[in-house]
Amino acid sequence: MSLGDFFAMGGKAFYVWGAYGVTALLIIVEVLAVSARVRNARGAAESGGGSR
Amino acid sequence: MSAHSVNWFRFASPASFPPLARALVPWFAIPSALLAAAGLYLGLIVAPADAQQGEVYRIIFIHVAAAWMSMFIYMVMAFWSAVSLMFNARLAAMMAQALAPTGALFTFIALWTGSLWGKPAWGTYWAWDARMTSELILLFLYFGYLALRNAIADARRADRACSVLVLVGVVNIPVIYFSVQWWNTLHQGATVSLTAAPRMAAIMLTAMLLMTLAAWLYTIAISLVRVQAIVLERERSVSWTGPAEASQ
Amino acid sequence: MSEAALHPPAIDDSAWRGVSWALARDLRLALRSKSELAVQLLFYVIVVTLFPLGIGPEPGLLRTLGPGALWVAALLASLLALPRLFASDFADGTLEQIALSPHPLPALVLGKILAHWLATGAPLVVLSPLLGMQFGLEGEETKLVVIGLVLGTPTLSLLGAIGAALTLGVRGGGALLALLILPLYVPVLIFGAGAVDTLRGGIAPTGELSMLTAALLAAIVGAPFACAAAVRIALD
Repeated sequence: MSLGDFFAMGGKAFYVWGAYGVTALLIIVEVLAVSARVRNARGAAESGGGSR
Repeated sequence: MSAHSVNWFRFASPASFPPLARALVPWFAIPSALLAAAGLYLGLIVAPADAQQGEVYRIIFIHVAAAWMSMFIYMVMAFWSAVSLMFNARLAAMMAQALAPTGALFTFIALWTGSLWGKPAWGTYWAWDARMTSELILLFLYFGYLALRNAIADARRADRACSVLVLVGVVNIPVIYFSVQWWNTLHQGATVSLTAAPRMAAIMLTAMLLMTLAAWLYTIAISLVRVQAIVLERERSVSWTGPAEASQ
Repeated sequence: MSEAALHPPAIDDSAWRGVSWALARDLRLALRSKSELAVQLLFYVIVVTLFPLGIGPEPGLLRTLGPGALWVAALLASLLALPRLFASDFADGTLEQIALSPHPLPALVLGKILAHWLATGAPLVVLSPLLGMQFGLEGEETKLVVIGLVLGTPTLSLLGAIGAALTLGVRGGGALLALLILPLYVPVLIFGAGAVDTLRGGIAPTGELSMLTAALLAAIVGAPFACAAAVRIALD
């Protein structure tokens, strides 16, 4: 398959890339959100002073 | 309770769990990424176009993985919920809590990709077929869990209430699925299931399998990260209010 | 109770007494607030009336729509009535007393749910033939709707009670309860409304009625325990 064909997906690019694209986006958002969340939690635990 | 002062963190979680979880994450994250790369390569580039559906069938590689995970995650949540109720184990309840958002996400992805596949393949974005309708109801079950979790302020009560909710849900899922199937045939709805795959060449099956495994490993990895955050957040809120709050 | 000290009751004995005690008490309480019950019944009537208003008065369409509309309205009416099952007892501390009683909590809960259904579900069923006429339903179809509702509405009360107990005193109560419970209601709705469609197709709806019966029996057996667990969680 040529690169052009790959992106065109037989004319159904909207559907295929709409599906793959949104999925990729959502996964990325989830990873970023969870990473931020745990980073915050760790930061707060260290500075806020959980008694350990 | 003996004479020595009780480390009440042990009731919330083994204090060593977050570091353990953190250490485990790469062991799941990296294989997940590799499997996904392999699966995408096979599915998008190597696998041939389908005779009837052309290129658009390739959506299946995400759709099936997501749908499978959406169901599987709920089962795992039910397992951890049962454990948490039976053994009064808080970490188990936190695992269920950590899995829920990812489960909801996969359910949404299954619906989204199914819809985008349905339009070019069968002419409509939403055909009320049995599987998609059941998947939609599953999404509501996930939302219900998240909403209940959010609405109850006390973490311990939320753990137990959500555990009961998931167990009630898991018992009902087969009933719901069966009834939706019935409903569909009764009303002579879409006779084509939107997950009716084109006849699968071995390479397509392999790609599907790789993507499903990748999704599974991803779920474990992301849940292990999320559960760290949950444990730390709870420890923090307990430490602010003092040991009395943690008394069981 | 000295009676209990002299004759430690068999589990069944205590359970049955628990059911009847809770049933009698809750019915008595319900009958004291008849206007509240009447309002809930009116809700059912109004919701049913909304469907033709939303879709148009064309008789053929209404006939097709009728059973579904009656059932959906019954679901919503059931949801509306559920909070009253535990809320007032919870608020004034009686629920805690009830949980401490010697009778098994699942039995007491079953009694409460039964009373709740008699007060809120049964009137709905009685009214449905009348409302069915709005959709041009008559004869066999109406009978089937009524039988279905007789089997279905107690199931709705039983399942809904679990949700009511889980959301006791929780903010966002009503809408949250709906979100939790409506997915569980779906099978009852499908078989209840579907029965009429099957009948219209010329087949006896024994399958659907069996499903409704099975669901009811399963709910009678399972829901009180889940609900009691949820009540204890709310009380802790």
